Amino acid sequence: MKLLQSPAVRVGLSISIATGLYGVSFGALGVTSGLDFWQTMALSLLLFSGGSQFAFIGVVAGGGSGVAAMGAATLLGMRNGIYGMQLNALLQPRGWRKYAAAHVTIDESTATSTGQTDPDEQKRGFWTAGIGIFVLWNIFTAVGALAGSALGDPKQWGLDGAAVAAFLGLLWPRLKGREPVAIAVVCALATVLAVPFVPAGVPILIAAFVAAAIGWFSHGRSDEGLEPDVDPYAEHHQHPRQDPHSEEDGR
Amino acid sequence: MNLWMWLLLACLLGYGWKLLGYLVPASLLRNPRMSRIAGTMTIGLLASLTIVNAVASGQALALDARMGALAAAGIALWLRAPFLVVVLAGAGAAAGLRLLGWS
Repeated sequence: MKLLQSPAVRVGLSISIATGLYGVSFGALGVTSGLDFWQTMALSLLLFSGGSQFAFIGVVAGGGSGVAAMGAATLLGMRNGIYGMQLNALLQPRGWRKYAAAHVTIDESTATSTGQTDPDEQKRGFWTAGIGIFVLWNIFTAVGALAGSALGDPKQWGLDGAAVAAFLGLLWPRLKGREPVAIAVVCALATVLAVPFVPAGVPILIAAFVAAAIGWFSHGRSDEGLEPDVDPYAEHHQHPRQDPHSEEDGR
Repeated sequence: MNLWMWLLLACLLGYGWKLLGYLVPASLLRNPRMSRIAGTMTIGLLASLTIVNAVASGQALALDARMGALAAAGIALWLRAPFLVVVLAGAGAAAGLRLLGWS
């Protein structure tokens, strides 16, 4: 069969390019946050989950400790476990494929796969997006890291502003409806209130626990916040996936 | 060396989460509450990281050129700009405001 005629493969390739490209910003911000080239590359090669990677360098850049950076990255990675469970049921990978699939289980590969209905297409979508993003994300991280180290004073180029923008860009697609906006505002407020009283990095962990408590005690959509940073099906989305409260859509 | 250790541990735990989903029986994890916490925590952490990078300077709060970056990124997102353009808008706003003398 001609692979390029598969809609899932085409979606997977375009999402790979879109996501891979912003590896440039991760690479540049990684080296200016205080990590060296290989530490930045290790995050892209081994951690390989955009949100967690940005969280790690975001904490380090703010003067937080390695433990706090690890904590924030690990808490942000929890959702990948939920994706793994969905994909395991959907794709049923066997043997070594299970371990490889786990590594490329991220927002975008999950969204590409679950957006298809045919089981073969789901497989093709997952692997195309997963492997494609992995390869391009790492190439562009290296490009960004090399460019970032050549820039000199990162503040002169506004790279601290770029980090702020990157986090807002990651948050934005998840703010669908009133409730996620409320969660974001409460957590941002908790963070600002905590900053003067606890060591750098810890306010982020406090916000994580506030958010977890909201999740524990409230009853909303069970897939809230589990949206990809780059929506592979943005063009043909009439309504967000599996959203039982479609009237809450729109911001 | 110390940072390397935490970095590699973060990588190991990150992979651990992913693999857990594939290895644990679905009945154990198919819990709407766990799924919901994973989602609300993602929103909360990203909101917190946004604001920390915008206004925190160690343990102090500061209003500087980064606020301009936050506003510029918000406008770019509102206009449905792609991620990379949003990041460039943030960098441009911060760099531009510094050129104009606002630290």
